[in-house]
Amino acid sequence: MTSEKPHYRGIVETKSPKDGTRFRRAVAEALREEMLRDETIFLLGQDIGKNGGPFGVTLGLYDEFGPKRLLDTPICEPTMVGMAVGAALMGMRPVVEVMFMDFLLSATDQIVNNVAKMRYMYGEEGGLPLVIRAPCGAGLQAGPTHGQSLYSIFAHIPGLKVVVPSTPYDAKGLLITSLRENNPVLFIEHMRLYRIMGEVPSESYSIPFGQARIQREGKDVTVVAMLAMMYEALNAAEELQQEGISIEVIDPRTLVPLDVDKILDSVKKTGRLVVVDESPVRCGIQSEIASVVGERAFDFLDAPIQRVGPLDAPIPFSPVLERVVLPGRKNIVEAVKKVMS
Amino acid sequence: MEDANMQIEMYRRMVTIRKFEEEVDRLFKAQEIPGFIHLSLGQEAVAVGTCFALQNGDVITSTHRGHHYCIAKGLDIKLMMAELYGRSTGLQRGKGGSMHVSDFGKGVFGGYGIVGGGIPIATGVALASALQGLTTVSVAFFSDGACNTGIFYESLNMAAIWDLPVIFVCDNNQWAVSTPVKSMMRIEEVSDRAKAHGIPGITVDGNDVTTLYHAAEEAAQRARNGKGPTLINAVTYRLGGHFVGDPEHNRGKDEIEKWKKKCPIRQMEARLQKENILNIDDVKNIETQVSSEIEDAIQFARSSPHPEPEEALQNVFAEVGYDK
Repeated sequence: MTSEKPHYRGIVETKSPKDGTRFRRAVAEALREEMLRDETIFLLGQDIGKNGGPFGVTLGLYDEFGPKRLLDTPICEPTMVGMAVGAALMGMRPVVEVMFMDFLLSATDQIVNNVAKMRYMYGEEGGLPLVIRAPCGAGLQAGPTHGQSLYSIFAHIPGLKVVVPSTPYDAKGLLITSLRENNPVLFIEHMRLYRIMGEVPSESYSIPFGQARIQREGKDVTVVAMLAMMYEALNAAEELQQEGISIEVIDPRTLVPLDVDKILDSVKKTGRLVVVDESPVRCGIQSEIASVVGERAFDFLDAPIQRVGPLDAPIPFSPVLERVVLPGRKNIVEAVKKVMS
Repeated sequence: MEDANMQIEMYRRMVTIRKFEEEVDRLFKAQEIPGFIHLSLGQEAVAVGTCFALQNGDVITSTHRGHHYCIAKGLDIKLMMAELYGRSTGLQRGKGGSMHVSDFGKGVFGGYGIVGGGIPIATGVALASALQGLTTVSVAFFSDGACNTGIFYESLNMAAIWDLPVIFVCDNNQWAVSTPVKSMMRIEEVSDRAKAHGIPGITVDGNDVTTLYHAAEEAAQRARNGKGPTLINAVTYRLGGHFVGDPEHNRGKDEIEKWKKKCPIRQMEARLQKENILNIDDVKNIETQVSSEIEDAIQFARSSPHPEPEEALQNVFAEVGYDK
């Protein structure tokens, strides 16, 4: 892949059902329903109050809940997270909204050294019912520092749960679970998926963590894909179908805990695995999933596992270059054909 | 100051801290205590003066050098010692060690190993207090090293804009490892930083427990009345090295001797004797009692079991389930 001249890698327009609830509204629904049910839930973030959030996620919530439930903060992610820890220790349930996942990095000390470890060091009293929400993802020409997929870094740390919903249905159900668990949860939303539509029940429901979903059944190759790449994998499935190749697309939905069993069951059936994500491949989630399967389903593999991700470079701004760097349908198809050959 | 009994108790508590730290120093050097130890020798008045001014239910956050805060707040020294020994009877069941000693039931909401790490947490406790209409006041303890971190700046700002009931106490021992405080600031005193955030800031003699008590009491009252945070710069001195075993190449012996003469405990002892609140026998009795209590703590720790292997995997996460 890297020895050839880089080429356009084929992100297509992320196909969305025509009706239903928008992803960002599904997130808001989850927040609203839980905030009604649990008065200890409050939100911290920039411009989330009257402004309705920089991406419109919290639109309407301020009118309903007011300034004591939606707190506009200055720009200070480390202290937003640290204060959320303090509030959680006092029995409240804070939700920290960080504007771009890239900005989460400045709070890494508080996340890794406090959030992830409080319960371990202090027992039940150090338990933190805390959710950090942040959007990831590129494809909108936001440049190298406004679209990274960095959840692999946080999935790496014991003591943090990491949730990566790809559909509006999953977003609502998983966020409701996040708001009820007494564990710190990093809830990742993908920037390109905010406008995606999907069927979302109006009543409350929660999806347990650690349950992947088979988005499309198939028999030749298992493709693990999450967030926006799940849609790219479905696009790839359509194209491959024309050539008589049937892929099974599995969406993990949560990275910590990871539904390893479902992935293993699929690989035992197909004998072939491709893992695709927008995370950098080196030490990324693709590598983790590939390793786990290699370790536990070695005898079932008919071909080496393929990891698919961006080129080994920051994400460039130029629309042309961005599409060269980011993974998409084209190289999922390429990887599938490689494991089939 | 008012109550003679309280003054005696404050004196006794400072003696407890001093003897606890001296014993921990000895036991660490004898290789009974594993890991790293950061002693609070010389800083007893800041801890005791501040903590005695707080009410039941008030919260503090501790630091890597936090034994004195914990003892001042009333933590059980047997359970503290067991934690230092890494035993399962320790306050953190041996999972945290010296830097993380705390007891939520007694208002110590964690000890933080990262410099400044607990400051936003104390600020968040104050936020929860304000949001829930409680009277809880929180105290963020830290020293000069933390005053140059971004998180210190951010936390003061957050507390200022929302009038949060938090007291920022700089337990200014004037040395960050081998770095003297004045070399890392252009301003004269740490308390000058308060101006940058529009909050009150004072510098006080950190070795006078009475001064600390009054300053903290006033700050707590302001906080409880919704008037917001205060920055207290309590100038004291770190008598020991940064950690036990620190070669201290950069510190002058003269300076250490000078500050030994300003010992907060000897100061209070002299004053209480002068005011006939304590006599020489009382002092000896307190010394004997405290030594005996600490000896009990050491025996408790020595005879406590180590954690079972399966405890290594406990409490990474809460059991999954709905909270309500």
